[in-house]
Amino acid sequence: MTSEFEPRIVGFLCNWCSYAGADLAGTSRTSYAPNIRIIRVPCSGRVDPLFIAKAFQEGADGVMVLGCHPGDCHYVEGNYHARRRFAVMHRLLDYLGVDKGRVMLEWVSASEGARFARVVNEFTDQVRQLGPAKRPVHSF
Amino acid sequence: MPRIGVFVCHCGSNIAATVDCAGVAEATRGFPGVVHAADFKYLCAETGQNLIRDAIAEHRLNRVVVASCSPRMHEPTFRKAVAQAGLNPYLMEMANIREHCSWVHADRQVATAKATEIIRMVVAKVARNEPLTAKQVGLTKRLLVIGGGIAGIQAALDVANAGYQVTLVERTPTIGGKMAMLDKTFPTLDCSACILTPRMVELSQHPNIELRTYAEVLSVKGFVGNFEVEILQKARKVNHLTCTGCGTCWQKCPEKNVPSEFDVGMGRRTASYIPFPQAVPNKPVSDTANCRSVRHLAAKERGEKLMECRVCEKLCPTKSIDWEQKDEIIVDRFGAIIVANGYDTFDHSVYGEYGYGKYPDVITGLQLERLMNASGPTKGEVVRPSDGKHPHSVVFLACVGSRDDKVGRPYCSKICCMYTAKHALMLKEHDPNIQTYVFYLDIRAAGRGYEEFVRRVQEEYGSTYIRGRVSWIYPQDGKLIIKGEDTLLGRPVEVEADLVVLATGITAASGAVDLMQTIGISYDTYGFINEMHPKLRPVETNTDGVYLAGCASGPKDIPDSVSQASAAAVKVCGLFSQDYLTTDPMTSVVDQMKCVGCFLCEEVCPFRAVERETLRGGKVVARINESVCKGCGLCVAACRGEALNLKGFTDQQLLAQVTALLRA
Ligand SMILES: Cc1cc2nc3c(=O)[nH]c(=O)nc-3n(C[C@H](O)[C@H](O)[C@H](O)COP(=O)(O)OP(=O)(O)OC[C@H]3O[C@@H](n4cnc5c(N)ncnc54)[C@H](O)[C@@H]3O)c2cc1C
Ligand code: SF4
Ligand code: SF4
Ligand code: FES
Repeated sequence: MTSEFEPRIVGFLCNWCSYAGADLAGTSRTSYAPNIRIIRVPCSGRVDPLFIAKAFQEGADGVMVLGCHPGDCHYVEGNYHARRRFAVMHRLLDYLGVDKGRVMLEWVSASEGARFARVVNEFTDQVRQLGPAKRPVHSF
Repeated sequence: MPRIGVFVCHCGSNIAATVDCAGVAEATRGFPGVVHAADFKYLCAETGQNLIRDAIAEHRLNRVVVASCSPRMHEPTFRKAVAQAGLNPYLMEMANIREHCSWVHADRQVATAKATEIIRMVVAKVARNEPLTAKQVGLTKRLLVIGGGIAGIQAALDVANAGYQVTLVERTPTIGGKMAMLDKTFPTLDCSACILTPRMVELSQHPNIELRTYAEVLSVKGFVGNFEVEILQKARKVNHLTCTGCGTCWQKCPEKNVPSEFDVGMGRRTASYIPFPQAVPNKPVSDTANCRSVRHLAAKERGEKLMECRVCEKLCPTKSIDWEQKDEIIVDRFGAIIVANGYDTFDHSVYGEYGYGKYPDVITGLQLERLMNASGPTKGEVVRPSDGKHPHSVVFLACVGSRDDKVGRPYCSKICCMYTAKHALMLKEHDPNIQTYVFYLDIRAAGRGYEEFVRRVQEEYGSTYIRGRVSWIYPQDGKLIIKGEDTLLGRPVEVEADLVVLATGITAASGAVDLMQTIGISYDTYGFINEMHPKLRPVETNTDGVYLAGCASGPKDIPDSVSQASAAAVKVCGLFSQDYLTTDPMTSVVDQMKCVGCFLCEEVCPFRAVERETLRGGKVVARINESVCKGCGLCVAACRGEALNLKGFTDQQLLAQVTALLRA
């Protein structure tokens, strides 16, 4: 059954590094699992935990947040805030009854097209293993 | 009501090969708000843009989605296209179905379905787009330069020569910086003062330059084009408007025993002084910590007795001595700032193995420069500080406080190899009988003529280069014994010397971190300024309108410092060539009704764009300075009361994308 299951994955990608990294995967024709749907944000630090909670409520099976490597954020420290918020996010997910394996925060630079593809594939596999997500029990 | 038009691009076959573009366009017709959909071979071509413009008119579209390549590629193109049709450019969004879809998925069915979903998300977003307008703000075309070393001098002259007003703030009584202290400069051995002092004079006489020495920057407010700066003019106790620089006061001042900063403690100066004969301005300051008259006044206030002096006051022919002169704070406006606060040299007293800075005959390279200089404290005689005797054997240690994790300085100071070679050469010129030894880790001599120069020192000037770190220096019978290891020969070495010269590395200038915080620019763990981009934007800081030059951003030699200064000057001239600055409208906004005044936003904003505003009822709320905000959205995600939103990437727009995808 798990082999037929195609997870629905939402990816929040910062404009300056990760979105550009995904563009590079395209320009280099590096194919990857098609499950991800990308939402462009200016910076990983723009991502409100609420967006992630909302995604699960609406039926997402996994959520990725991708930003610049530490030290490379276009806005100097946005990704550090994202990282801190992500730690808090884990607790919120517990409360919502969402497995931690369904969220991922990673750094992908504008030159890492191949790495982008790899990270997406790995995450897609991981979520596929976990199976379809149940809608969170609590509303938010 | 949104009336959305969707335009699907084939990009030749780049998209059309894997995505059924006509099918996608057809599918989008059913999406909420979509009143028109079309597909076309090349939307970015003139014909494609016309197609969009015509459709806007024909179908009275008030929103447009262009499904094609990455917005990082063609967003400006299509924004312009819709603007030409009378639509606000920010009412156009792009759906990336090329880089993120057709180029990475081979299966036509999968790619077509995905492209459709990508567009569905963007349609949901664009329905919530608001028209945005870029704002124009005026600018003050005046430059502030902080630091009057060679970098600051060069930048000030370049910008002033381009016709703009410049104020240079230097904290010591003279401009010139470290270069003024040097004797000769590698690799060409020009006399440092001979090439520098004409520049200093040119600066002081330039009609477009206001020089403020003995001054510091206290605060910086505002943003690019409109900085408001508080400058502290320290009291000199001498009226520079009337003083002619005749020299009477500093020649007659009886307080003669103050260690000279300029001579790095190798010489003495008076309390009323100019740091060196060619100082600019060539007028004295009376250093209040040492002036007997100032000390007398202070003692009197405390009710103590101290002999009054007032020698200079009595002798000054222009009556320029002014004991009442107080520190003064000047508030001024500038459009741009160049930070050129330079460097200091590493304090070697942390090295126990080199005597904790306590052996008088262990000196630094900068001190040797002063000893070699004809107008220095010894009139150019290189002698031992301990007994005034000429040294016969001199040992140099490279990398003191460089490339050494133990003292928290892992980086290479870049110039010490070169200046040490220069010193070894010049000592030989001073006295051909001197023997020189150089302990080094590696020779770093990348630069035009540099490697050749170091070779010459070894081959023609007979300097003995020993590879290895020195483990111990100790005094014995009036000499210094240097113990180390020759790592090339793999055996211990011991050298006897009369004088040891430490090539102390480059550190951030004292007070650098305070200065960076005052200005609001980012710096590294060592206190050097971080560039906006180390390769492509090397003279810009992370704050718009603030530029850097010289050793303020790390070790550099004079040619590099000067090049950077001129580069920064060009950036400033480019800025000043505009009459207005156009700001990006994608900034964050506060709903002041919802703001609870927690100022979490202020804490996270990397650009100090959050200001405080007191409402009529007394409530203090946040306000975003749109000219400073860069639109990162950190504050929006941090705000718990949902009082903040980011224009162009609002919560509503982003959540609509999530919902549109998952509810379909
Ligand atoms: C021993 C030695 C020998 C050298 N020999 C050579 C050589 O032969 N050839 C060569 O190319 N390079 C040489 N150098 C390097 C050279 O000194 C530097 O490249 C050059 O001086 C850098 O200029 P700068 O303007 O960046 O810094 P600086 O010369 O340090 O000038 C900075 C100025 O800013 C002022 N300042 C600091 N903080 C503030 C503040 N907060 N507010 C206001 N003003 C402030 C300082 O007082 C100073 O006047 C040598 C260096 C040393 C140590
Ligand atoms: S008052 Fe005396 S000590 Fe002070 S500057 Fe004048 S001469 Fe020197
Ligand atoms: S969006 Fe970024 S730059 Fe603008 S005010 Fe918020 S945190 Fe500061
Ligand atoms: S811009 Fe990429 S993480 Fe901030």
